[in-house]
Amino acid sequence: MTKLIIILLSAVFINNYVLSRFLGICPFLGVSKKLDSATGMSLAVIFVMLMATAATWPIQTYLLTPNNLGYLQTIVFILVIAALVQLVEIVLKRYMPSLHKSLGVYLPLITTNCAVLGVTILNIDEGYTFLEAMVNSLGSGLGFFLAMVMFSGVRSTIEGCDVPKSFRGLPITLVAAAITSLSFLGFGGVVENLFA
Amino acid sequence: MNTLQNFSKGLIRENPVLVLVLGTCPTLATSTSVTNALGMGVAATVVLICSNIVISALRKVIPDKVRIPCYIVLIAGFVTMVQMLVKAFAPALDASLGIYLPLIVVNCIILGRAEMFANKNKVLDSAVDAVGMGAGFTLALVMMATIREVFGNGSFMGVPIPVLSENKISIMTMAPGGFFVFGCLIALVNKFASNKPKKEEFGCAGCPSAAVCGKLSCDGKEAAVSD
Repeated sequence: MTKLIIILLSAVFINNYVLSRFLGICPFLGVSKKLDSATGMSLAVIFVMLMATAATWPIQTYLLTPNNLGYLQTIVFILVIAALVQLVEIVLKRYMPSLHKSLGVYLPLITTNCAVLGVTILNIDEGYTFLEAMVNSLGSGLGFFLAMVMFSGVRSTIEGCDVPKSFRGLPITLVAAAITSLSFLGFGGVVENLFA
Repeated sequence: MNTLQNFSKGLIRENPVLVLVLGTCPTLATSTSVTNALGMGVAATVVLICSNIVISALRKVIPDKVRIPCYIVLIAGFVTMVQMLVKAFAPALDASLGIYLPLIVVNCIILGRAEMFANKNKVLDSAVDAVGMGAGFTLALVMMATIREVFGNGSFMGVPIPVLSENKISIMTMAPGGFFVFGCLIALVNKFASNKPKKEEFGCAGCPSAAVCGKLSCDGKEAAVSD
């Protein structure tokens, strides 16, 4: 149990996917302008990360590894994720139209999101059990959510500032991201000592 | 457009990282040292050249409707090959690039070039375009890595620099330094780039999720940002 909590907390705060691992920078910079789209995107990412882990972990453990097909990992995972996202979209559209309306537009964006492929590969590389892998995915998703929501707040403050001309747009956003990511450095070493 | 222009546009005028703002994830993550940056740049360039050549050669065979899945499978195949080669011949590089090596699959530069260039042009032109874009990617990565390694670690390609190695600014090699240096470099390019290509020529058009993303973020002045 303690191990699960450590995995969860370190995925959210210390190894934050966006701010310390640099995965999923695309939606982080692109969709964080407004709070509601940031929230929608992050919820879709959490959902797809959990689904993708639930699908890829058994494939790797029971299909690829026993048959010495480990080298097919990249190609199989990206196809599974792409197919899964399509499937989720169809199912949502048919059975949960209201949820599809709020999350649907973000789903295709997630297929080529490196955070999702990253979390599935990292779960295998770290040698997690199925439960640990799911907890890690949940933590990574929550970390993504936290970073997105925090950053959309930071960005709404930048909007009203007088920024030097050459820094307008993306450059000042990146500098703001640097400061946001600085705040996450403060969590280093906290989780390991929490249960010591 | 002649061959030389086709090659050189990737280096500066349409630099994939600093002007088109594609491939931000590997740029930020692997630019902590010059050796890593070079390794990442070369690996991505090899994948880009192979995928551009094959996609261009198959451009009349691949049905339009399923082209994106086809491109992804082709790219994933080449990435797996590169991954195996790196594991076999440069295990140290494989260890330091780690997860970012398989993640070349979702690098938008590669899918973007397939979508914007290779499926409309001849094999030779696509190959030249890939070499130019790959060189531009490597150049930007090495530039960023040089700044970060020299100031953050006081060394260049692992060789210590006299005064700086005793006065390290180690934040430069950490995550915040990456964002900061990248932001400053783009600002520098904005300042000095006189003839930036028009917005329609790049960005959203090359991203497979442009239709969705366009509604959310590309409506303003900002360039498309993708992995």
